[in-house]
Amino acid sequence: MDLIRIKHVEKKYKNGVTAIQDLSLAIEKGAFVFVIGSSGSGKSTLIKMLYREEKPTKGQIIVGGLDVAKLKNKKVYKLRRKLGIVFQDYRLLPKMTVYENVAFALEVIGAKKDEIRVKVLKALEEVGLKNKLHNYPDQLSGGEQQRVAIARAIVNNPKLLLCDEPTGNLDPEMSMEIMKVLDNINKTRGTTIIMATHDQQIVNEMKKQVIILKDGHLVNFKEKGTYDNEAI
Amino acid sequence: MKLFRMLGRSIRDAFKSVIRNFSLSLASISCITITLIIVAVAIIASFNVNNFTDLIESDLTIVAFIENDTTDKQLNLIEDEIKDISNIQEIKFISKEEVGEQIKEESEVFKVVLDEFEDDESPLKDTYQIKVKDIEKIKDTAEKIKSIDNVAVVRYGEGMVEKLVSAFDSIKKVTYGIVIALVIVTIFLIVNTIKLTISARKREISIMRLVGASNFTIKTPFIVEGMILGVLGSIVPIIFTTYGYLAFYKHFNGYLYSPLIQLIKPEPFIYTTSLIVLVIGILVGMIGSASAVKKYLKI
Repeated sequence: MDLIRIKHVEKKYKNGVTAIQDLSLAIEKGAFVFVIGSSGSGKSTLIKMLYREEKPTKGQIIVGGLDVAKLKNKKVYKLRRKLGIVFQDYRLLPKMTVYENVAFALEVIGAKKDEIRVKVLKALEEVGLKNKLHNYPDQLSGGEQQRVAIARAIVNNPKLLLCDEPTGNLDPEMSMEIMKVLDNINKTRGTTIIMATHDQQIVNEMKKQVIILKDGHLVNFKEKGTYDNEAI
Repeated sequence: MKLFRMLGRSIRDAFKSVIRNFSLSLASISCITITLIIVAVAIIASFNVNNFTDLIESDLTIVAFIENDTTDKQLNLIEDEIKDISNIQEIKFISKEEVGEQIKEESEVFKVVLDEFEDDESPLKDTYQIKVKDIEKIKDTAEKIKSIDNVAVVRYGEGMVEKLVSAFDSIKKVTYGIVIALVIVTIFLIVNTIKLTISARKREISIMRLVGASNFTIKTPFIVEGMILGVLGSIVPIIFTTYGYLAFYKHFNGYLYSPLIQLIKPEPFIYTTSLIVLVIGILVGMIGSASAVKKYLKI
């Protein structure tokens, strides 16, 4: 079963830049896919269209049965509840503790307190931060902050986890730690993960599916792909 | 259940935000307060103008003077014909003797003059005093009455009445205009102050959107916050209206310059005005914050 289906998608920004051209692809449930390409290749635009921060100018994007391009602004939350998103800059709330940051994602969708507690603790355990519940983000390292962001993204048990350069601000060691966490989520929860990156080492070491984008075109989609500069 | 939980959260967050952003809240509150005071004054003025226009209008009478040699039968006919005109509210017959008594009571000069006439050579005429339903059609009605047989003259204070009616009409329109303009200005001010508190929470809102909070969930705390600001902002204007009007009424003994211009009795008028001020405050706060938060719900 395909979780994501993209058909003949084009994205042209208002300033005239065409970020994606005639892109078609399907991603299976439970997959772990890297999206790679040089800067300006359309990686981020692709991810943004998947959670509907951007709308495609042409074509169709189906995520978990929802037609993302046709989704009204008011209904966007229905899509967002099916997926988790992790960014390069973590996007945590500085005035909240680790626990509160993760719980926030459930509170705002109206979950019950008991349910929140159970789910938050489970998610924080999965990313290995159960001992830092009451710390504030600025008391954590970059890798730890990113793990809090991952916990927040998975706490609602989404089918899809989108990561936009999650290791972009981290050193190689911390990056590998993050990758282990993501791989573990993919394996134990069966969450489909799509990760945009240009970290060569990670792609080569993980040996996952790879989508290569160049100037908004799909160049290659291969199993157990590697990141070689020739391909890009 | 879920709705209550979300509403509870909204109210809690709204109070937190009012207290946390105290200086900004205070700015919004004082701006609501000042405009609501002016709105309250405008409301009091327009209600009072309305009140005394109504009073004066209800006092306006058409007087139809009847020819001297009219028989009782003809009098009845005249009365029936006048009653048939649609704009007639009330009709009263006053005989020349009664008119004479009234005039004598009002002025000593007339008393001396009138006393010189014998009863059957009285210079006065029998009259009908007629009140109309719609004061703006008084001219037409007067003309219709005049065309009835045996009606000698019709008087209703021509010219003066029309001027009064149109003057009151423009005063009413101006006061309504002022109230509406002030409400719009207040909304703009509130939008701007609440925008400041919201932009401080931009990040929080964008994260809420990302993790799947519905627009309703995001908006409600801000709208509740607007309502709280509106309620707090209308406290001073309400006190001002209540005590201010009471003092004003007492000072002028219930009328302005002449007993013709009656002021509205303070009770229950001050309560209605306070209620209107409160409702305007709440609505202004709600509309202001709802439109301020809109911009952030499009990410």
